[in-house]
Amino acid sequence: MTTSPLIGVLALQGDVKEHEVALEAVGARTIRVRSAAGLSGISGLVIPGGESTTMSNLAIRANLFEPLRAASSAGLPMYGSCAGMIMLADRVTDARPDQQTIGGLDVTVRRNAFGRQVDSFEIDLDVPAVGTTPFKAVFIRAPLVESTGPDVEVLSILRRGGAAGTIVAVRQGVRLATSFHPELTGDTRIHDLFVQIVRQHS
Amino acid sequence: MGDQEAVTGTSRVKRGMADMLKGGVIMDVVNVEQAKIAEDAGAVAVMALERVPADIRAQGGVARMSDPDMIDAIMNAVSVPVMAKARIGHFAEAQILQSLGVDYIDESEVLTPADYANHIDKQLFTVPFVCGATNLGEALRRLNEGAAMIRSKGEAGTGDVSNAVTHIRRIRGDIARLTSLSPDELYVAAKELQASYDLVAEVARLGRLPVVLFTAGGIATPADAAMMMQLGADGVFVGSGIFKSGDPVQRAQAIVQATMNFDNPDVVAKVSRGLGEAMVGINVADIPVAHRLEDRGW
Repeated sequence: MTTSPLIGVLALQGDVKEHEVALEAVGARTIRVRSAAGLSGISGLVIPGGESTTMSNLAIRANLFEPLRAASSAGLPMYGSCAGMIMLADRVTDARPDQQTIGGLDVTVRRNAFGRQVDSFEIDLDVPAVGTTPFKAVFIRAPLVESTGPDVEVLSILRRGGAAGTIVAVRQGVRLATSFHPELTGDTRIHDLFVQIVRQHS
Repeated sequence: MGDQEAVTGTSRVKRGMADMLKGGVIMDVVNVEQAKIAEDAGAVAVMALERVPADIRAQGGVARMSDPDMIDAIMNAVSVPVMAKARIGHFAEAQILQSLGVDYIDESEVLTPADYANHIDKQLFTVPFVCGATNLGEALRRLNEGAAMIRSKGEAGTGDVSNAVTHIRRIRGDIARLTSLSPDELYVAAKELQASYDLVAEVARLGRLPVVLFTAGGIATPADAAMMMQLGADGVFVGSGIFKSGDPVQRAQAIVQATMNFDNPDVVAKVSRGLGEAMVGINVADIPVAHRLEDRGW
């Protein structure tokens, strides 16, 4: 086990920098991944926030889906925030029919589930897996988890507002996903959890 | 459990939306067909407007917010975010755009200004705003009014990238200068920049704007996009450069690829091949000063 794991951040588009800062703050090293070759040598991969339609499109053009799926099948730990959650989901509703995902996370997610940008919000969220202090969660044109398979652990559910009861953070083995953007808040506990998963796995 | 309810329209939510667009290309579109071409090419968002800047420039007249029916049609046709332009200072146009549910408003010098003294009070809105700037002081005045994203202005509708280069270099140069000042010099810097001291101090501390900085105004080729990204832009707006060119589908894809791979000349070279005619373009130097858009906004 390395003391400072090298974690890739998929850098097709989106808030790559913010994830790098968060990962480095919890002791990981980072590298940007834009090609299949970039997947070798990393011990975890973060799919950042961004526009999932665009990210899927760019990954298709870069011939990245097959190598990404192969890496996932081989057990590479992956964490996706927002668009990244969509990229990891096995099933997506309300997406363009040609939208592809890496998959590996046995969930159905709905894109833009809370509405358009004017409906984007922030809220204090309980995420017991990372401690008792509420997590300041930022939801931007965010997806939600509509249903989960038997092996998926629910890490957080919205307790308040019109969308109360909605699943917004999940884990399945070495795969982690959040509807919200911990990378925008300076709270690194979710990234710390991911780096722990990576360390335990490698 | 935290005792806070969901809050919309916060600075973090508005600025964060722009973070999601980084590394991407936002394309001007005037109808559903163009919006779909843009989305298929990998645009990270589209800007819905009635006439691209090159046509506004050619046809003259007062340029205003687009027809709500047209904006609605584009919002229904694509799944990427949809932006739309309001005239500088025209808060009622902005209210309409917010009511339509656009994802971002561009308070834009490309349209004819509605107020030659005041910009829109963007703090009053839930929808986020992007504004143009030619220098750091202008950018910080827009942030003070509530803008959540800045784009360097360039000179829209020309296909001449020179002003875009000037403006992003000036903004970055102004920031670099601030970071070299001692704390007691920042008060005078704020006076000189005609910007709030708090924002000036924040920029000096961060060494960058506290929001995303895109570039705009004259980007017409993959090489233009790659250059602007290397000069420090977080992403690119392309207005007339795509749909005023010979092969919009190819060019749109090529500019997206060049923006993503801006630091890889092999890729930029590859996507630059066989694109057909670029937009004809106008040299900024040939445009009478009174007709230059960069001077709109204050």
